[in-house]
Amino acid sequence: MSKDLAIEVEDMTISYQEKPVVWDVDFHVPQGVMMAIIGPNGAGKSTLIKGILGIVPTTAGTVKIFGKSLNQQRKLVAYVPQRTSVDWDFPTTVLDVVLMGTYRQLGWIRRPGKQQILQSMEALSKVGMENFADRQISQLSGGQQQRVFLARALTQDSEIYIMDEPFQGVDATTEKAIITILKELKRLGKTMIAVHHDLQTVEEYFDWVTLLNVRRIAGGPVQETFTQDNLKKAYGGRHSFLDDGKRV
Amino acid sequence: MDFTFTIVAVGAGLLGAVAGSVGTFAVLRRQSLLGDSISHAALPGIVLAFILGAGRNPLWLLIGAAAAGWIGTIFIMGIIRRTRIDTSGAQGVVLSVFFGLGLLLLTYVQKWPDASQSGLDKYLFGQAAALLPQDLIIMACGGTLTLVLLMIFWKEIKLLTFDRSFGESLGFPAKKIDLLITALIVLSIVIGLQTVGVILMSSLLVAPAAAARQWTEKLGIMVFLSGVFGAAAGIAGSIVSSSIPNIPTGPAIVMVMTIMVAFSLLFAPRRGLLIQLLRTHQNRFHYSLQSILLDLYQLQQTHGEELHFHDLNTLQLMRSRKSSVLSGLQILSTRGLVETGGGGQWKLTPKGIQEATKFGETYEL
Repeated sequence: MSKDLAIEVEDMTISYQEKPVVWDVDFHVPQGVMMAIIGPNGAGKSTLIKGILGIVPTTAGTVKIFGKSLNQQRKLVAYVPQRTSVDWDFPTTVLDVVLMGTYRQLGWIRRPGKQQILQSMEALSKVGMENFADRQISQLSGGQQQRVFLARALTQDSEIYIMDEPFQGVDATTEKAIITILKELKRLGKTMIAVHHDLQTVEEYFDWVTLLNVRRIAGGPVQETFTQDNLKKAYGGRHSFLDDGKRV
Repeated sequence: MDFTFTIVAVGAGLLGAVAGSVGTFAVLRRQSLLGDSISHAALPGIVLAFILGAGRNPLWLLIGAAAAGWIGTIFIMGIIRRTRIDTSGAQGVVLSVFFGLGLLLLTYVQKWPDASQSGLDKYLFGQAAALLPQDLIIMACGGTLTLVLLMIFWKEIKLLTFDRSFGESLGFPAKKIDLLITALIVLSIVIGLQTVGVILMSSLLVAPAAAARQWTEKLGIMVFLSGVFGAAAGIAGSIVSSSIPNIPTGPAIVMVMTIMVAFSLLFAPRRGLLIQLLRTHQNRFHYSLQSILLDLYQLQQTHGEELHFHDLNTLQLMRSRKSSVLSGLQILSTRGLVETGGGGQWKLTPKGIQEATKFGETYEL
C-alpha cells in the first residue's frame, strides 16, 4: 500500500521559540496527485512544506518520500520557494538562476557545463522564457520571476514538486502557462503539492487537498474534502471560530 | 621607488583586492555590520596574544586576532539563536563589548615597563609605514588562501547567498557555507589589521562592494570590480599618504574609497542617483502635463460638445503648483492639444479631447 504513497508525513510538529506553528500533522500524498494545501494566513502552510523538505528544523515527526527518508530521496523532490523569498535585485541572469536547479546533480565544487546549460534552456523553453536567458533577473515581472523558479525546478527532473504559492501575484497568462505545465507533469505521473491561496480555483486546478490551520483540519480528494463544512473549520467563520476555540 | 613605499603600496593593494572580493558577499548577504563586529572583536585577541608572550611577532598577534574575531562571531550567532535580540542588535552588542574589553586590556598593557614600544596601538588605526617584508608574506598567504577558497566554493556560496531555502532543499548545508563565508571575512580582516586597524577595517569590506554593485548586474564582474576598486583605493591611499606629510595610510585609503563610493552612487549609468532623479523628474513632468489636460477636460464636460475657453486662474485653482500651469499649457499647445484665445483663456483642441479621454480611461483602470 505505502508503495504508492509519494509522501508520508507522521506527527509533524514545528515550533518557533515554544510557539507551535504546525501541530501534530499527519498526511499521506498518493503518487500522481496534484494537492493544494490551503488555510488562513499564519496557518503554517509554508512552514509545513519547509518541514517536509528539511529546511526548517522539526520539533517532532517523520517524513517518508516513497517509503524512504528524505536524505535518501532528495533527488526525487524539487522545491519552488515563494517568489518573494529572494532578492530579485541580486546581480545575476535568468539562465544562472535556472542553472541552480542542476547544482545537486553536480555536487560540490563542479561547475555547470554544456549539458547543464542545455537542460536549463530546455526548462526555460517549457515555461516560454527561452528568449530571456541572458536577461537580468532584476528586470523580470512577477509572472516571469515565477516561471524562472518553475524552470529551475524542472531542470531537476524530479518525481515530486513542492511549490510555495506558485500563483501568488502572477498575471493571468502566467497562471495558465503554469497550470498547463503542471497538468503535463501530472500526465507523466509526477506528484505535486502547492500552497494555494485562491479558494475559487482549488476545484479547477487540483484533485487533492489538505486543509491546514496549525493542525490538519481535513484532507483527501477535492470532491469529498473541499466542503463548506471543512472550510469553515479551517478558516473559522464567526460561529465556528468559537467552536474551534473550545476544541483547541 | 622608495622601498618602504613599495611595501606599503603592495600590501595595501593586496589587502584592498582581497577585502573587496570577499566583502561583496557580506554586502549581498546584508551582513555589512558583521565585518565591523568581527574586526572590533579582534582587538582583545591581539592584546591577549601579546600578554601570553607573543611579543611583537605579528603572526601570533594576528592568530590572536582571528581567534577573538571568530569567538565574537560565535557569540553573535549564539545571541541570535537563544535570545530575542535580532542580528544587528547582537552584532552591536558583541562589537562594543569586545572592543571595550580590547581597549581596557590595551590601556592596562601600556602601563607595563617597556610596553610602550610594543606597537600594539598601531592595531587601532593601522600603521602601514611599519609594514615589513615578512608582514607582506603573511598578508599574501592569507589573501591567496581566502581567494582560492572563494573560487573553489563559488557555486555553493552563490547559491546560498541568492536562495538559501532552495539551496538547502538541494541538500547543501547552509550553516557550513555560513561558517565558510564568515571564515573568509575573518581572514580578510585579519590580514588588514596592521595596515588599516580594527576600527576602519570593515569599510574596506563594504565600500568597494557597494561601489561595484552600481556598475554591473553580474556577480562575477561585481566581485572582480570590487577587488579592483579595493586594490586601486589601497594603492591610491598609499600614494596620498606618502606624498602628503603626516597623513596616515589607513584613513587615506578609506577616504579614497569613500570618494569612489560617492562617485558610483551618484553617476553610475543605470543605478546612479543622478539618472534616477532625472527619470523621476521626467515622470513628474509628464504626469503634471497629463493632469492639466485632464483638468481642462473636466471643465469642458460642463459645456457639452462645443469647445469652450477657460480662464488660467480657474485652472490654477485646481492645481497645487500654480506656477507650473502656464508653462504646462504652453508645452501642451506646442503639441497641438490645447490652444489659447489670448488673455489667459485656454481651450482643448479636438486632438486634446481625444488624448484626455484616453488618459481618463487608463486612470479609471
